[in-house]
Amino acid sequence: MSDLRAVPKRIAGPATFLDERLGAGSFVKRNMRKIFPDHWSFLLGEIALYSFVILLLTGTFLTFWFKPSMGEIVYNGPYAPLKGVTMSEAYASSLKISFEVRGGLLIRQIHHWAALVFIGGMMAHALRVFFTGAYRKPRELNWLIGVVILSIALFEGLTGYSLPDDLLSGAGLRVTQGVVIGLPVVGTYLNFFLFGGEYPGEDVISRFYSIHILLLPGLILALVTAHLILMWVQKHTQFPGKGRTNRNVVGAPFYPAFMAKSGAFFLFTFAVIAGLGTFAQINPIWLYGPYSPADVSAGSQPDFYMAFLEGALRIMPAWEINLFGTAEAGTIPLSVVIPALVPLGLIVVGMALYPFIERWITGDNREHHLADRPRNNPHRTSIGMAVIAFYGVLWLFGGNDLISANFQVDLYTTTWAGRILVFAAPALAYAITYRICLGLQRSDAAVLSHGVESGVIKRLPNGGYVEVHSPPAEDIEAHLRGREAIPVLADGGDVPPKGLRGPIGRLRLRMSKAYGGEKIPIANGHPHDGDEHPDMLPDGQNRALTR
Amino acid sequence: MTDNEHETGQPERRTPPRVIGTPLSDPLTGSLPEPLPGAETAGDDHDGDPAVPRAVPQDERKARKAEKIAALCFMLTFAALVAFLVAYVRFQVGGLSATGASHIALGGALTLALLALASGIVIWVRQIMPKYEMVQQRHPMASSADVRAEIAATFVSGAAESGIVKRRLLRRTLLLAAAPLGLAPLVLLRDLDSTGAPVAQLHKRLAHTVWGEKAKEGKPLRLVVEGTGQPIRAADFNSPGGILSVVPEGYEHDLNVLAKATVILIKFRPEEFKPGTNLNWTHDGIVAYSKICTHVGCPAALYEQTTHHILCPCHQSTFDAADGAKVVFGPAARPLPQLPIGVDEQGYLIALGDFPTPVGPSYWERGDAEARVRENGGHS
Ligand code: HEM
Ligand code: FES
Repeated sequence: MSDLRAVPKRIAGPATFLDERLGAGSFVKRNMRKIFPDHWSFLLGEIALYSFVILLLTGTFLTFWFKPSMGEIVYNGPYAPLKGVTMSEAYASSLKISFEVRGGLLIRQIHHWAALVFIGGMMAHALRVFFTGAYRKPRELNWLIGVVILSIALFEGLTGYSLPDDLLSGAGLRVTQGVVIGLPVVGTYLNFFLFGGEYPGEDVISRFYSIHILLLPGLILALVTAHLILMWVQKHTQFPGKGRTNRNVVGAPFYPAFMAKSGAFFLFTFAVIAGLGTFAQINPIWLYGPYSPADVSAGSQPDFYMAFLEGALRIMPAWEINLFGTAEAGTIPLSVVIPALVPLGLIVVGMALYPFIERWITGDNREHHLADRPRNNPHRTSIGMAVIAFYGVLWLFGGNDLISANFQVDLYTTTWAGRILVFAAPALAYAITYRICLGLQRSDAAVLSHGVESGVIKRLPNGGYVEVHSPPAEDIEAHLRGREAIPVLADGGDVPPKGLRGPIGRLRLRMSKAYGGEKIPIANGHPHDGDEHPDMLPDGQNRALTR
Repeated sequence: MTDNEHETGQPERRTPPRVIGTPLSDPLTGSLPEPLPGAETAGDDHDGDPAVPRAVPQDERKARKAEKIAALCFMLTFAALVAFLVAYVRFQVGGLSATGASHIALGGALTLALLALASGIVIWVRQIMPKYEMVQQRHPMASSADVRAEIAATFVSGAAESGIVKRRLLRRTLLLAAAPLGLAPLVLLRDLDSTGAPVAQLHKRLAHTVWGEKAKEGKPLRLVVEGTGQPIRAADFNSPGGILSVVPEGYEHDLNVLAKATVILIKFRPEEFKPGTNLNWTHDGIVAYSKICTHVGCPAALYEQTTHHILCPCHQSTFDAADGAKVVFGPAARPLPQLPIGVDEQGYLIALGDFPTPVGPSYWERGDAEARVRENGGHS
């Protein structure tokens, strides 16, 4: 086969047509060969993006049959156990999608799995960005967009989960209502405005429907678009390595390699989600029966992304205050309001502010395009791990009944364990992570100063044994060396500069000194200059060993 | 796409056509005087350094083998998609097993098709396309000082031309006009609440249930079994430890009523009661509590006979049914309200009135209703 020498007419014609009208040539010229660096962790965001596309496609399919109505009908479909049962049209139409539309069950399950992968993918992606410091200047805005998308997605999932109006989704809706009505001052109004009256009313499914299929997906779509445009304009970060600097991007070009690889990765994501939707049953609504506020199925669990709120509700002590005693005002159900708002608020607000707080503490106003290795910013990494531990404990105790059943511990003890762990685990995670980071930095420094263990054991003249170390490969060394000290604010000697006076300024300086700096300095010497690090090897042996 | 002479006139337009494997020319090269703050410059050495590999072609023999494997994958996709179409026509849905067969056939074929297509493309990218390691330069995000200064100047002169700064009347009335514009859409949302009640009165509805209303003929409402609608003769509900889920007669299918008025009925031996229970509101050892959990409203549906504990499955709030359903564990802060019950002349259980306190989750206007009841000597 001969290779292509000129652009085929079929492509050149339309391309010329478009360029004469849009003048897009210069844009295309600049971008066709845009470079994308490669690392497995850069795929996490793509997983989230592709599952969102799948959600749009499968969700649209579902809308063709789904009836967002709470009007009651008597079921007369093919699913025998529910024949003759009174239920909402929403539930009946979800059953219809499952049993009377060919491929309907498949698409429903794909939609639900894609929702889990979408949110899980976003969480993993956000963690990657956090731990590598990829949110730093100039990418703070994209980080903020990401935080907003993630928060909206939780509500998108919540509204979707409520649509089928089965007993399980109704339990979730009931909890949502209990939280909404408990909000101080506005709770009652919100309840009546959301439900059109008292719970459950006749309106909530149709309202959730328009929120679920139009309002929130539209917002997410707009934000995702902005997210991608910013990513495109600011270019991807990359890990330090040979030839990779803060001023360049090293990788494969968009056309053809990255394009084809992304296409393949979309298909792969779709395949995995389709496989899950086919072989792993999810939300078998026909087993739960129609919703009734008087019934509940034991062991009901929300989707994983809501479980941390569930856990917070479960381990919260029974606190409630009445500000004005018996007057008809002033009731604040802390046992509802705190778990519903505080963990989510801490995490979301904390995420949103982190880039700015870090910049304030370090005074670092430079652009950063090299991804940090997590160990090289130990405090940040430890904070991240503490948040994961906090979230993880709440998530775990979303199943405190299952825990106590499995481990034969009574609920009382389990719940108290949760109450303690929610504070202890983050502190512990922080301390442990900090140690590990420093340990890893030390081992990096050791590799750089006296090479990697070669696996060859040498017998010393004095009878001892020692392993021969060889210098690290060039690319590994570049990877390890590609780190710089975290900036620290200069205290300016006797007279602190303006921003560092007063109690807040002093705190800022203290935090800066703790957060920044180089914890474990890496030697500038090359492994072969053995004499710089005599302490790393048995007395006087290092020169002989590494040669 | 052939036009290379653009009005922007940036320097890279004049660079010769690029060959695969060479770094991209950058449109902004040289246009920004100041160096990237904090950037290292060492890496620039690699730019144009022929030692750094750029696009390394694959070994042709291996590529030819990979082509065959990729082709096989694409054929598999084709076959799987044909199978998908066949399965769509052949398998009908309906009952559980028929739907299951169709589901597995369609989903299996789709999964296989996608998986094979993805694998084929991956093989193509990895083993047929060259290995790329190309370099592109970055440049600071900020525009140059000149550009910013020009924008600032344009902004100022534009504002001055428009008169918005000088003409205070214009500016202020414009702001005045805009304020209610933002309010209008909010006002339009008022009818989201379809009760039509005055906003300040909304919370009053939360405090009452249908148990307080007399049935149509003016007689008190009977308690009927949830699901069957059977009225309950007190004499028949006589085994201690027994429990029933109960709803108001005539409202068996009204979800809005059930969400507040569902009750659990428990039969005790009289000596088992503790002081928290209002004995005047029991009948012959039968006590009725709201089934709607005071935490966030799940039905507190589980009952443990030996301990007399009512357990809510949602967040495990536990109430002592012998002791006025006071909270013994969990996040619920208040006891389940007790419903005053008695019997009518035929011996069926009836409600003697409404719950003394609001049922279900707490809300701002609830206040300390329990204390209110105590002050009023047991009445709401
Ligand atoms: C963007 C993120 C989205 C998430 C996280 C999400 C999540 C969910 C979840 C968890 C369900 C319950 C599924 C089940 O029945 O098991 C659901 C149902 C549904 N979703 Fe979505 N969804 C998203 C986007 C969309 C979009 C874009 C549409 C339509 C254009 C859509 C339409 C529907 C419909 C019609 C249902 C009810 C179908 C049924 O349960 O039978 N969804 N969604
Ligand atoms: S709703 Fe009953 S414990 Fe939360």
